[in-house]
Amino acid sequence: MTNLVIAQLLNGLQYGVLLFLLAAGLTLVFGIMNFINLAHGALYMVGAYLAATVYNHTGHFLLALLAAVAGCVVLGAALERLTIARLYRRDHLDHVLATFGMVLLFNEVARMIWGSQPYFTSVPESLSGTVDILGISYPAYRFAIILIGLAVAVASYWLIHRTRLGMLIRAGSVNPAMVSALGVNIGLLNALLFALGAGLAGLAGAVVGPIVSVQSGMGDSVLITTLVVIVIGGIGSVRGAFYAALIVGVADTLGRIFLPLLLREVLSRQVADAAGPALASMFVYLLMAVVLAFRPQGLFPAKVG
Amino acid sequence: MSAGLRTEGLVKRYGALTVTDQVSLDIRPGELHAIIGPNGAGKTTLVNQLSGELRADAGRIYFGELEVTTSPVHARARGGLLRTYQITSVFDAFSVRENVVLAALGVREHAFRFWRPMLSRRRLVEQADAAMDLVGLLPRAEAPAADLAYGERRQLELAMALAAEPRVLLLDEPMAGMSAAESAAITRLLASLKGRYTILLIEHDMQAVFALADRISVLVYGQLMLTGTPEEIRNNPEVRSTYLGEEEF
Amino acid sequence: MPISRLLQPVPLVGGLVFLGLALVPVIAGLLGEPYYLSLVGRFLVYAIAASALNLILGYGGLVSLGHALFMGLGVYGVAIASHYGLDSGLLHLALGLAACALIGLLTGAVSLRTTGIGFIMITLAFSQMGYYLFVSLRAYGGDDGMPIVYTSRFGGLDLGNPASLYWVAFVLLVALTCWSARLRTSPFGMVLRGAARNAQRVEALGLPVFRYRLVGYVLSAMICGVAGLLLANLSAYASPSTLVWNVSGELIVMVVLGGMGTVFGPVLGAVLFLSLEELLKAYTDHWMAGLGLAITLMALLGHGGLVGLLSRLRPRPAAPVPVQMEGGQP
Repeated sequence: MTNLVIAQLLNGLQYGVLLFLLAAGLTLVFGIMNFINLAHGALYMVGAYLAATVYNHTGHFLLALLAAVAGCVVLGAALERLTIARLYRRDHLDHVLATFGMVLLFNEVARMIWGSQPYFTSVPESLSGTVDILGISYPAYRFAIILIGLAVAVASYWLIHRTRLGMLIRAGSVNPAMVSALGVNIGLLNALLFALGAGLAGLAGAVVGPIVSVQSGMGDSVLITTLVVIVIGGIGSVRGAFYAALIVGVADTLGRIFLPLLLREVLSRQVADAAGPALASMFVYLLMAVVLAFRPQGLFPAKVG
Repeated sequence: MSAGLRTEGLVKRYGALTVTDQVSLDIRPGELHAIIGPNGAGKTTLVNQLSGELRADAGRIYFGELEVTTSPVHARARGGLLRTYQITSVFDAFSVRENVVLAALGVREHAFRFWRPMLSRRRLVEQADAAMDLVGLLPRAEAPAADLAYGERRQLELAMALAAEPRVLLLDEPMAGMSAAESAAITRLLASLKGRYTILLIEHDMQAVFALADRISVLVYGQLMLTGTPEEIRNNPEVRSTYLGEEEF
Repeated sequence: MPISRLLQPVPLVGGLVFLGLALVPVIAGLLGEPYYLSLVGRFLVYAIAASALNLILGYGGLVSLGHALFMGLGVYGVAIASHYGLDSGLLHLALGLAACALIGLLTGAVSLRTTGIGFIMITLAFSQMGYYLFVSLRAYGGDDGMPIVYTSRFGGLDLGNPASLYWVAFVLLVALTCWSARLRTSPFGMVLRGAARNAQRVEALGLPVFRYRLVGYVLSAMICGVAGLLLANLSAYASPSTLVWNVSGELIVMVVLGGMGTVFGPVLGAVLFLSLEELLKAYTDHWMAGLGLAITLMALLGHGGLVGLLSRLRPRPAAPVPVQMEGGQP
């Protein structure tokens, strides 16, 4: 039993760091540019396809990762300059509509290029074994994902708390107007932030390719879970995104395994078998609702007072 | 029927900055009480705490006999504690009349009515028209609020407050940005309202303040420096030095 | 209402559209193509849902990206009852309305504590939660959904009959549109509309905005549930795909395309959007790309939708001369 728990905890951690990669960029775009970007999941999808395609054709995994991240950074920057920048002054409604249209477009283009069937790519040879952690044998690739995610978390901490750019980001998330008034080239900052977020989303998609189904629309449900993470963590807070991502990742993974088991203890088998999976899939949303009921601003809000 | 407004040791802090520092005000029913002070003294913050838009960090607020320190904005408004805003806040999408009728409705009735037009409620429209007439805006009743000139928007703000039959009226710089003629007109209007309602007037226009106020309080750096009659305030050396040094007019 | 007011572009086009919708069954009958009845029937159903959304989005300014949840609840209200062999239309309706009222109340109470971005994300999250719920209910079809055998019967009226459904939907849409018009200038509508731009001011007038928005949200949810009931009868199938966020997004597009917060907007928007979709589908397999592009372009261009466009066709009255301020007379 403990082996199961440990393995699932690690899986939860792995899911959590992926959510962090997605949430970090998105929460900053929300908090600083006050822009709601529903197309973030589409960038995740593009990263997955790019990495999978490059890896399938060259066999070089690192090259594939690089291609995916670079591709998404460029795509993100282009999107920002061409369309998103025109929408900052508009209503949130216009953001929703514009990025919703983009999602439909991207999903369809993906279908046009790669077809509707899942695009298969495999785990690289060097990482296809297992590692021994905490007394169990855990897939090396998933462990690598955890390491990559934690590395990005450390790097983002360093960026935000130890660099000038980070200072601007922190200032911008508390008082965007002031940063602009201080003469900072806000257009460049915005484009940079957006592209950075896009790159992280691309990285998430790239690493997840071998272990999930790469297909059109894969970003949609992940996006919504990312939004839940951001709401729980607090809009505009990268620190909040980190903790909330881990909480959501672990809660969701453990919930899916153990909630049905738990229910079988207290309810009749029939009811438990019907309600178990339902409750498990709704668990993180219920968590979000509970957090909101008591702390509408999230658990680690960026703004103070 | 006017009421009094009293605060005890009101405190509001923003981080290390104390914006409202132990303010104890006692505004008597029916009086026109002015608050003056240099810019940044915390006057609007004080009004925001009185109306309920800001929660004080310490202290109490009494509206008539009731303690309203933690009452929400809408509850205080329904009780007759109404205000106007320094930066005009009206409904641009509605006509002048719709603005004032909505104000009249808010304190008297509920709005869970889903069929007949709001403007068909005769009693509300009468009260709204009376308020518009009082401020001189009746000829513009049908105009969209968005089309009003600046001075007219200020009049609309006032009409909305009056239509709601206030017991205490908080006026936050009603004459800001007005020409001399417009200010004089508002001053005449407020003079005619004296005694009918309790009025707390935040203003920089000293002519209006000294012409209208029964008593004046001076707020400097969030602290209530002194309260007295216009004569006492005018002749007080401390007021002359702090305020004269920061004169607006 | 004076005739001159009715001849303005907006009510004129609106009236013509309703006339057209009323003629569809006649034309379909003449052409011997019952397919059109189902096709346009679907337009009516979504027009009802869009009108429901317009109450809180158009009037109230609340961007709900989760209204597909309530359509879904309406659909499954019929489906689950049908699963147990129950065909009473009143039962189907009661189930759908009760579910939408309850879920609307619970989700609204939580969502309305936030504004702006938060509200959008939370409504989206709740409808996604609903999607996962129905996907995991294997007993009721799960991911694949399930057919609806027992369509809603109201006495002799069976909504499983395309013509019956069409007329019921049409009458409901007309009634809803009339009510939307009245609601717009009613006290409730004025509060919602005022709060959309200036919620703080509405509170300062003595009106607790949260309560009014919650009531609006619940009403909107229940009407959307009715649209769901109609959809269930139209397609005779229930599927979790009714609850995906694309549906919520499309409802928003319809409201905005037609003209937010206007009376005829939702109907015009639904008819236009779905017609466009059908046109694109006939033209290419990759119609969704075209649709997505059109939606993004629409967002970039702005300008108040179809109703906004039409109202600009009217000759402008001369600008009024500002009246001199008189001030209080002594």
